[in-house]
Amino acid sequence: MANITNQPTPSWLDRETARPTISWYQHKTVRALMYHGFVLLTTLVMIYPILWLFGSSLKGPDEIWTNQAALIPNDIKFENYVNGWKGFGGISFTTFYKNSFIYAGLGTLLTVSASAVVAYGFARVKFVGRRFWFGLMLTTLMLPIQVQIIPQYIIFNKLDWINTFYPLLLPRLGGQAFFIFMIVQFIRGIPNELDEAAMIDGCSKGGIFFRIILPQLKPAIITAALFSFYWTWEDFLTPLLYLNSPDLYTISLALRTFSAPSGSTDWGAIFAMSGLSLVPVFLIFIFFQRYLVQGIATTGLKG
Amino acid sequence: MADTALALPKRRVGKRSRFGENNLVGYLFISPWLVAFFLFAFIPMVASLGLAFTDYHILRGWNYIGLDNFHRMFYDDPRYWRSVQATVKYVLFAVPLRLVFALAVAMLLNTKRRGVALYRAAYYAPSVVGGSIAVAVMWREIFGREGLANFILNQFGEPSVWWLGNPDYAIWTLILLAAWQFGSPMLIFLAGLKQIPEQLYESASIDGANGFQKFFRITLPLLTPVIFFNLIMQLIAGFMTFTQAFVITNGSGRPLDTTLFYALYLYKRGFETYEMGYASAMAWVMLAVIAILTAIVFRTSSQWVYYEAQEGV
Repeated sequence: MANITNQPTPSWLDRETARPTISWYQHKTVRALMYHGFVLLTTLVMIYPILWLFGSSLKGPDEIWTNQAALIPNDIKFENYVNGWKGFGGISFTTFYKNSFIYAGLGTLLTVSASAVVAYGFARVKFVGRRFWFGLMLTTLMLPIQVQIIPQYIIFNKLDWINTFYPLLLPRLGGQAFFIFMIVQFIRGIPNELDEAAMIDGCSKGGIFFRIILPQLKPAIITAALFSFYWTWEDFLTPLLYLNSPDLYTISLALRTFSAPSGSTDWGAIFAMSGLSLVPVFLIFIFFQRYLVQGIATTGLKG
Repeated sequence: MADTALALPKRRVGKRSRFGENNLVGYLFISPWLVAFFLFAFIPMVASLGLAFTDYHILRGWNYIGLDNFHRMFYDDPRYWRSVQATVKYVLFAVPLRLVFALAVAMLLNTKRRGVALYRAAYYAPSVVGGSIAVAVMWREIFGREGLANFILNQFGEPSVWWLGNPDYAIWTLILLAAWQFGSPMLIFLAGLKQIPEQLYESASIDGANGFQKFFRITLPLLTPVIFFNLIMQLIAGFMTFTQAFVITNGSGRPLDTTLFYALYLYKRGFETYEMGYASAMAWVMLAVIAILTAIVFRTSSQWVYYEAQEGV
């Protein structure tokens, strides 16, 4: 090392790379190439199954088995989508999408608005027992839902709410601990001066929430709404428990029945409908990635 | 003097009313959560604890049976132990694998090179859709008898493997699925790595430290709080795994109960044979195990979690 560093800089190296210790693999361009090559290769391996799913959904009935590994079919066919959309038992995917949009849409609306209201209470109002309830709320994050779902099911069953959306939507009227926590953290970052100025002007706590805090909450609310939408869209257990009638099935339930050994054997159609169900999630991911990444990194949400 | 004497009570009254008002307003704001918490979490939890000591069946009603459910679980139900075995094996392999991948990729992406945002999105993509039924269905097909995995094996002249039918292999397909979805711990690691001051690495380089030394002496110690957080979250998530196993084995836990995860077995007892008392007892054992594990991780954390603030003292 020592004798290399003592050597004079060779004149044929330009100024940028003129470091005395360079061997070929330390050269900037070579290192960049190696980095990008390696990362590109591993990301391809990572997303290959997903690309394969979409590719397979465009293959004809023969090619799906004979040209299985290919990402791009030799002969692109859309019949899988047409056949798959017909669904099963006389119920098409139009119904399943409608149900999923009702559940995910209404569910998100309820969850996020309730979470914002509750978060403001925790973040800006100093009431007795605030720390206790906030701590308790954080503890509920760790609770396995298994200790709640059985009595919940018994109660909803007694109320004759099986095969309705009430058991899926009502619990969301209280917001969700994850989002309450996330929005509390966000509100704490908003300077207090505006609140105080408004208070001096005679604004009530409610007025401060709606006029001052809420307009500034936009990024936090968007992040919460995105997460809520895609968790609800992918939710499986709750619909599985409460929606037994196929005309109420969400996409998750429909896909499971459709792909079960007793269901369809048309693999092209199954791939097509599976891939299609991921499209809303990917659209959200692509267009709002910034919000999602920040949300996960700052609060440690599970994605 | 007189002035202040007069002013004091007045101020106190003012304070008290503001204080009382704050209580009212505060509870009003958190009331949606508070009501939902009692109705949908607290009361069901108490009820669940009660049910654990009964033989409640949704059609047959209930009798108090003391600790019989727990006795049955520990001594008379071999399937219960197979489900514990499957879950422990899954958590033992899936969680460390996921965290190792997450950290390795986070370090790879912790650079100012061009295109990093795009790579990050690509590594995260499987996690975005990870919990979905569509991905579980896809995975079942990949490892089906005539699936993609066997197709690729055959191309290399290898015989097909019955991935989901062989008790030695089935759980590994699920572990692989979990390892593939390392996106969220990766993002959390990445945020943690960005907090480590660049100067530390620079001065280490000057002192002649190599890459390994920098990793074990700087990166790993400074990252322990984040590792700790990820470990707890992933442990809990691992113990609760349900959907993927439910879809990939059609809710059977086959072959030979090697993929009969705890949450899956609990579901089968509670909602297939409707032995809700027994299932509640299982749920409370699960809660206890998660609580104990979390406590252990917290307690031992002082020995291996490095917080910068302590070092300064």
